[in-house]
Amino acid sequence: MTPTVHVLPFEQHLVELENKITELRALSESSFLDLSAEIETLTQKLNASRCETYQCLTPWQVTQIARHPQRPRTLSYLERLFHDFVELHGGRQFPDDNAIVCGLATFHGEPVVVVGHQKGKDTEDNIYRNFGMPHPEGYRKALRVMKLANKFGRPIITFVDTPGAYPGLEAEERGQAEAIARNCLEMSFFQVPVVVVIVGEGGSGGAVALGVGDAVIMLEYAIYSVISPEGCASILWKDASRAEDAATALKLTSQDLLKFGVIDEVVTEPVGGAHRDFETTAQNIEKAIAKYLALLKPMSVEELQQRRQAKYRQMGIYTDQK
Amino acid sequence: MGWFAKTRRNIIPSNVWEKCKRCEEAIYRKDLEKNFWVCQKCDYHFALPNLDRINLLADEGTFEEFDAALASDDPLQFQGVVPYRERLKKSQAKTLVKEAITTGYAKICGLPVVLAVFNFDFMGGSMGSVVGEKIVRACENAIQRRHPFVLVSTSGGARMDEGILSLMQMIKTGMAVARLSMERIPFISFLADPTTGGVTASVAMLGDVILAEPGALIGFAGPRVIEQTIKQTLPKGFQRAEFLKEKGVIDMVVHRSQAKNTVGKILRFFA
Ligand SMILES: [Zn+2]
Repeated sequence: MTPTVHVLPFEQHLVELENKITELRALSESSFLDLSAEIETLTQKLNASRCETYQCLTPWQVTQIARHPQRPRTLSYLERLFHDFVELHGGRQFPDDNAIVCGLATFHGEPVVVVGHQKGKDTEDNIYRNFGMPHPEGYRKALRVMKLANKFGRPIITFVDTPGAYPGLEAEERGQAEAIARNCLEMSFFQVPVVVVIVGEGGSGGAVALGVGDAVIMLEYAIYSVISPEGCASILWKDASRAEDAATALKLTSQDLLKFGVIDEVVTEPVGGAHRDFETTAQNIEKAIAKYLALLKPMSVEELQQRRQAKYRQMGIYTDQK
Repeated sequence: MGWFAKTRRNIIPSNVWEKCKRCEEAIYRKDLEKNFWVCQKCDYHFALPNLDRINLLADEGTFEEFDAALASDDPLQFQGVVPYRERLKKSQAKTLVKEAITTGYAKICGLPVVLAVFNFDFMGGSMGSVVGEKIVRACENAIQRRHPFVLVSTSGGARMDEGILSLMQMIKTGMAVARLSMERIPFISFLADPTTGGVTASVAMLGDVILAEPGALIGFAGPRVIEQTIKQTLPKGFQRAEFLKEKGVIDMVVHRSQAKNTVGKILRFFA
């Protein structure tokens, strides 16, 4: 663990243990005291405590990891898992939307189209990326580039990581509802495999606009929800600070979503989250993408479309009280 | 009006006064009903109950309901201020229907259609699993019978109490419209006040023709959330039907007295 990692509130006790171990190490080196037994005990305690903390994370703690400022973003995965990336910026109708990146690339040597929300890595970058909250032109740019894949028979891989659609004046004027709806409609009949990877926040309509796929996989500590816990809390209790309760009520973790059949697979993260070990996370995602592409690519267009339709057709839980 | 409504509508004496929300004129309820709930003085369009809407559009005696028995479960065991299960029961008792949309077969100006009308009185017309399912079944019916699909929306959006499953209804209904489109079944989407959130950002905005009632609030994000985000007061008329027509987001604004005729005219184009 590098000392520069941003520490979340529920990780504080782990950091204290880490600091103590570091102190003891320094002391034993400078004073020639043999503190190895103490260091060993504390290290064991740290490891146990770490496992305990991360094994039973509350939905709110998961939400904090999903939003961790150092969490790997779409571009991190793009650089690590894909080659020959050619970013395409033109939505053709409005200025470029930097909250969504998309383009041509290769994955394991094969041409694909990659699309994803992009959050910033610091404040300045976040302003540039609008905190990963797209305007309608972002969805339209994504759709235009995805249509290229559809036209030329290349698989599409999308990365979902957005707090949601941008609730702004221009976004409404330019029809963001229509843009989101249009993406859902068009993506449902693409003739090529679509693999959706939810890597951070799957925020409502903004996520759905890139979220229709033959395989939807989700990082262990990502979240996917109809509304943010804060938004939900302000509606329910008129109090955004009750987000913790709302996070629990909304059932927004990867395990919940797997149970509801909304996602196909949970991709495991290293202890503490993706930002603690990017390489392992990237490899896990790589394996999962490769697995689903291998499954989907041999399918005929009819089979692919039928399968995708059947999958979404049965989503929802209700009773017939006839 | 009223042939379909009588069996399950709450009986309210018609000699009471209603106050217009815009011009504050006191109007006899009886007169309002006769005028399709439009203020005769200032043209304000009152919220039109689900059944009155069906009666407004459908030819008398033609409506046959589909899937009236579909009801919501509580897949998340959602614990809000009031548990979801109780909220459902209350809404069902209040509205005498099981869910927030009514779908069925009807004729409009003599032309057969599949008609779906949101019910704002049922949990703000919010879309959960049942609303999504009923829209999809309505689309499937439309394809089977080769009838146009007419949808009237009044909805606060996705239903929070069903969490991610509500969000998935956006994709599910979007996909149903895609099938309509492939089968070349016309889809007329009529937006009434208010149409917001996940319903706007899915089925409602995908009509071949999109109509809206005067003054209807239509958008994805709610005005309050936008104001909080941009820290500005929104311009007058923002997100209203007339504003959206001006921006090219919808096709036309239709006065309630012209609603049926206009839908009929459009249907004849496709028939
Ligand atoms: Zn009036």
